[in-house]
Amino acid sequence: MVISTASGERRGEQVNSTFASRYVRNVLPKFQMPETSMPKDVAYQIINDELMLDGNPRLNLASFVTTWMEPECDRLMTAAMNKNYVDMDEYPVTTELQNRCVNIIAHLFNAPIGDGETAVGVSTVGSSEAIMLAGLAFKRKWQNKRKGEGKPFDKPNIVTGANVQVCWEKFARYFEVELKEVKLSEGYYVMDPAKAVEMVDENTICVAAILGSTLTGEFEDVKLLHDLLVEKNKQTGWDTPIHVDAASGGFIAPFLYPELEWDFRLPLVKSINVSGHKYGLVYAGVGWVVWRSKEDLPDELIFHINYLGSDQPTFTLNFSKGSSQIIAQYYQFIRLGFEGYKNVMENCMENTRMLKQGLEKTGRFEILSKDIGVPLVAFSLKDSSKHTVFEVADSLRKFGWIVPAYTMPANAEHVAVLRVVIREDFSRGLAERLISDIDKVMREIDTLPGQVSSKTAHVTATVDEVVRDSEVAVKPTVHKSVTDVEQDIVSRWKGIVKKRSVC
Amino acid sequence: MALSRAASESDVSVHSTFASRYVRTSLPRFKMAENSIPKEAAYQIINDELMLDGNPRLNLASFVTTWMEPECDKLMMASINKNYVDMDEYPVTTELQNRCVNMIAHLFNAPLGDSEAAVGVGTVGSSEAIMLAGLAFKRKWQNKRRAEGKPVDKPNIVTGANVQVCWEKFARYFEVELKEVKLREGYYVMDPEKAVEMVDENTICVAAILGSTLNGEFEDVKLLNDLLIEKNKETGWDTPIHVDAASGGFIAPFLYPELEWDFRLPLVKSINVSGHKYGLVYAGIGWVIWRNTEDLPEELIFHINYLGADQPTFTLNFSKGSSQVIAQYYQLIRLGFEGYKNVMENCRENMIVLKEGLEKTGRFNIVSKGEGVPLVAFSLKDKHRHDEFEISDLLRRFGWIIPAYTMPPDAQHITVLRVVIREDFSRTLAERLVNDIKKVLSELDRLPSKLSSNVKAADEDGEKPGTTLESKKSDLEKTREITTIWRKFVMARKQKMNVVC
Repeated sequence: MVISTASGERRGEQVNSTFASRYVRNVLPKFQMPETSMPKDVAYQIINDELMLDGNPRLNLASFVTTWMEPECDRLMTAAMNKNYVDMDEYPVTTELQNRCVNIIAHLFNAPIGDGETAVGVSTVGSSEAIMLAGLAFKRKWQNKRKGEGKPFDKPNIVTGANVQVCWEKFARYFEVELKEVKLSEGYYVMDPAKAVEMVDENTICVAAILGSTLTGEFEDVKLLHDLLVEKNKQTGWDTPIHVDAASGGFIAPFLYPELEWDFRLPLVKSINVSGHKYGLVYAGVGWVVWRSKEDLPDELIFHINYLGSDQPTFTLNFSKGSSQIIAQYYQFIRLGFEGYKNVMENCMENTRMLKQGLEKTGRFEILSKDIGVPLVAFSLKDSSKHTVFEVADSLRKFGWIVPAYTMPANAEHVAVLRVVIREDFSRGLAERLISDIDKVMREIDTLPGQVSSKTAHVTATVDEVVRDSEVAVKPTVHKSVTDVEQDIVSRWKGIVKKRSVC
Repeated sequence: MALSRAASESDVSVHSTFASRYVRTSLPRFKMAENSIPKEAAYQIINDELMLDGNPRLNLASFVTTWMEPECDKLMMASINKNYVDMDEYPVTTELQNRCVNMIAHLFNAPLGDSEAAVGVGTVGSSEAIMLAGLAFKRKWQNKRRAEGKPVDKPNIVTGANVQVCWEKFARYFEVELKEVKLREGYYVMDPEKAVEMVDENTICVAAILGSTLNGEFEDVKLLNDLLIEKNKETGWDTPIHVDAASGGFIAPFLYPELEWDFRLPLVKSINVSGHKYGLVYAGIGWVIWRNTEDLPEELIFHINYLGADQPTFTLNFSKGSSQVIAQYYQLIRLGFEGYKNVMENCRENMIVLKEGLEKTGRFNIVSKGEGVPLVAFSLKDKHRHDEFEISDLLRRFGWIIPAYTMPPDAQHITVLRVVIREDFSRTLAERLVNDIKKVLSELDRLPSKLSSNVKAADEDGEKPGTTLESKKSDLEKTREITTIWRKFVMARKQKMNVVC
């Protein structure tokens, strides 16, 4: 505990309220630690006040990540904040809760587990870590197989759609695996299974399908991919497996679309990751990865930590971390149960439909998201020649809403969308308010002069002129003034910098 | 929000939780239950089961912070629903992270100009931090070798055998060979000379530890730096140093400011520190700082474009909570330099109280040094009748969690008990611990001696364990003998993985 210095000046300070003290006149340290301490209420107040200027998490419609939990769960999380999850021997109950969650999720995904058998899986900090672990397992398995066959193993690759989330690119770059992306096309914003299977070669460690594409919420057709890959494997004998990135969809499909075959019911699916902090309904910081069976997780990757004589096998990138989110995940599982999750997802879909209808009624928007998939609405302007979705996003900020605008990845970069994610805590009242605010914004924008379209805006008449090289700006059809030229240069520069736009 | 069913059967708002049917049903362990249960029941059931976890504050095994001021708890709970990676939505939180990076970089004497921003990032812990630093070294070395037209397929890293498990993870997952300098009895850290000897053209870096997990010792980074400079002059390989200051990074600047271990040494290119150890924040935050932009290859950095703003990121994890970053900033401005110094001095004082208390019993050897991380590592002087594992077991009954470990190769015959002194381990707790240890010793003295585990067996290499005991062998003792031999066998197999954390 800190022994406070008993100087006379300091003692006087204890009497003053924070805003009467000298601390609120000082510049907050930004680059160097301050020399002296300050009272704890002052520290609290100063930080709390500065944080008021952050966006409101619940109005952040860009994010899939949970922003509200019941107060009872908050209590549990606060109590568990000082438990270091990795101390398995010291906190055996917390460790067991994690194991229960893994089993529950494995069963939810129809893993082929016998009655007394435990599932193979682990909790992670998020889907990024989960995907890296799954990718590592595939890479090692493939290397071992190639070594056994006496073939070279220096050029592993992974086949995915260009709509993948950035963590796949991270995995590829950090773990030295080539990323072979199936390009998108206008109107088709997910990975095409036929093209994907075409790209598979002997160096492919796995094909990654996404259940719940970040851009439009669409579920990729894992069954079709599976059937095509089974055919190809028969011909080539390469035995290429599938990984399903169910970061968003993993907690939606089992409740809303139980007959949709995307999980371990398909024999080639060897591992699945899901974000506990998206539709698992837990705050940011927990993800899960589950393997089909022990054979799919090479034993050499597992570390056996010896704590006080008990053996605990672990396979994670992170070591120490808080236990709060894992306990919260278990809370949600037993609190909601199957019917609870189903009800939440059904509510989300209802509110999604409602939002979609409201937007369609304005007559100004085209809806790109499908009906089946993650509850979100991705929409673009029917006419982007005068104003872009980026302006709409900016104007909505004034009302407090954070609605992001994105361009699609290659080869559909000319399409720009706004995307609203419907989370558990986005009620119908908020949906109606959002629609009326969008109405206001559109009317306001109509009164403003048109801006030069940047490369990233939807260009109406030039679909066939789409240039494949992402560095060239699409020529606008508006008369160019000096300002227009300047803006042109700016947007061209922006286009060069923009490599990946959606997360 | 979940629509609750309005059936009277599930309307338990009238019943208190313990009067309801929910406490009679078995909790789901493998499959999700079909139905929802009221939130009070869910809270109570989980809370009750968690009572059987150890008390984090009595967990003397861990370096990780277990207490923070209530004001900070408030800030953390308020930001628990902020996804840290949404940089454009939460610009203030992002800026707080950047401020922490700058403060820590200055604390480590990074050679920064006046308004130059430091190069560094917040991570989930030192594991992630080390992996990022290692990745940067690996990529830099690969680029250098490719330019020289030399093979890049066998990178290695030189460390001591006392490294924490995350280095082994890094080596295994990122396909880098780990060349470990073995320890020996009495010298439980990496020997700089042996380390420099092991450096070859494929070495991507030498990793020194400031605050060894086993006995808290600071490795002599300055000596390593000087020897490596000499070798680099001869070989021209330009091998750099990374300092794993997971524990020591928030101790050395306050207690030992003249100790040169950080960026003051020119070969040190990156440093990692755990915010959740002596950074005094709850579990879930670490920091890695690079000397300057050249030491972090640009190709590893991802430029995420959020709503038009470019944010460069280099982390393994993506979404995570913001609470710990805000808590770190709180601690840095709340305590300031003098506050951290006071905390560390208190820890060192209490460590000395504990150490002297243990020495006074006359039964222990103190293995930890006076300088370093405030912890006390001690072993029994006489291991013939009982060993440290038994002491650890008996202390559990009083509520204390104190781990017993064996040293890594080549000192596997040494077993120690280790008590970590954290901020919240006051003097009264230290005195109580000494008393409880004395009680445990007197209790052990009354018990019949068990066969010692590998400690004793290692002394009697080749001899059948148990033949030198004077006590009569009963069936029970034979069973114990077999168990001990088996335990020794299993532990010997696990020596490679014996991880002290």
